[in-house]
Amino acid sequence: MDDEQPPGIVLTEAQKKRRRERSIAIALALGVLVILFFAVTIVKGPMVLSRPM
Amino acid sequence: MSIVENQSLALSPRISEASVGDYIALLKPRVMSLVIFTALVGLMIAPGHVHPVLAITSILCIAVGAGASGALNMWYDADIDALMSRTANRPVPTGRVSPQEALAFGLILSFFSVMTLGILVNWVAGGLLAFTIFFYAVIYTMWLKRWTAQNIVIGGAAGALPPVVAWAAATGSLSIEPILLFLIIFFWTPPHFWALALFRSDDYARAGVPMLPVVAGPDITRLQILLYTIVLVAVATAPWALGYFDAVYGVSSLALGAWMLALAIKVYRQREGAPALRAARQLFGFSILYLFALYAILLLEVVVAAARPWLW
Repeated sequence: MDDEQPPGIVLTEAQKKRRRERSIAIALALGVLVILFFAVTIVKGPMVLSRPM
Repeated sequence: MSIVENQSLALSPRISEASVGDYIALLKPRVMSLVIFTALVGLMIAPGHVHPVLAITSILCIAVGAGASGALNMWYDADIDALMSRTANRPVPTGRVSPQEALAFGLILSFFSVMTLGILVNWVAGGLLAFTIFFYAVIYTMWLKRWTAQNIVIGGAAGALPPVVAWAAATGSLSIEPILLFLIIFFWTPPHFWALALFRSDDYARAGVPMLPVVAGPDITRLQILLYTIVLVAVATAPWALGYFDAVYGVSSLALGAWMLALAIKVYRQREGAPALRAARQLFGFSILYLFALYAILLLEVVVAAARPWLW
């Protein structure tokens, strides 16, 4: 049996850099979403559960 | 190695090299800036008090929703974007972002913007935002744009809705004022886009988009621009004529309208060569300033009225 791993996909430095930047952007967007929900919960207080159609 | 493993290696999946900037470009930031501004005006002129956090949430959701519909538009229109010089450098036609990535990006942002606005603010605004995205992405982009010369007339409704969504976010309902804001942008859209189409008609013809100058010719387009501008100027005075805003807005809208009308008449009369193109460019450029100024004056009136107790 051959122990050598298939090379798979090797990212170039540019691809790694772009991927890292995209990951940071997604993290920031999710962070903003969390902060938004937290802030509105604080602002509305118990009324946050009241959502008339 | 199995056949499946061999195939997976042989297929060599595409590795994305898209930058964050490419994804921001999918949101059409320039269109988004106008959406943010008109939505802000809709929010500010609405009666009652809106908590700043809810106001920021509303504007953010409306902006992201507008961006999402832009991304869906670029996903669907990548084939014709590649044929037009104005749009050929967009992320999808150049291959920096794949169509699937643009579609996923647009759908995810649509979902989050609508749900966040609905859950955190109210469902009238959330529903209206969902309708706006649907109208732009499906009714305009997928249906009207390639089918009829009236594409931007009917499709203009999508661009006119953000202040209505913002008003609904502030009040939870609708009334005459947001409908007037809607009508101003609705009747502004045809002269604005047909002025652009007059000096970009080769682009649209190459892509097979049935814009009015391509289908009916430049002379009919010039007449239509003039007629829509007359209606626009009349509609733009309505917030003052109906008593919702005072004379500062009334006089300003008449002055700006007279200028817009003069440029539309110039477009109608200048029909040949460089002067004709220059007239269309002038009208296109001024139309952006016109809409911005009208909404800015509305905003100013509200801000001054709110600050009056502290000033006098």
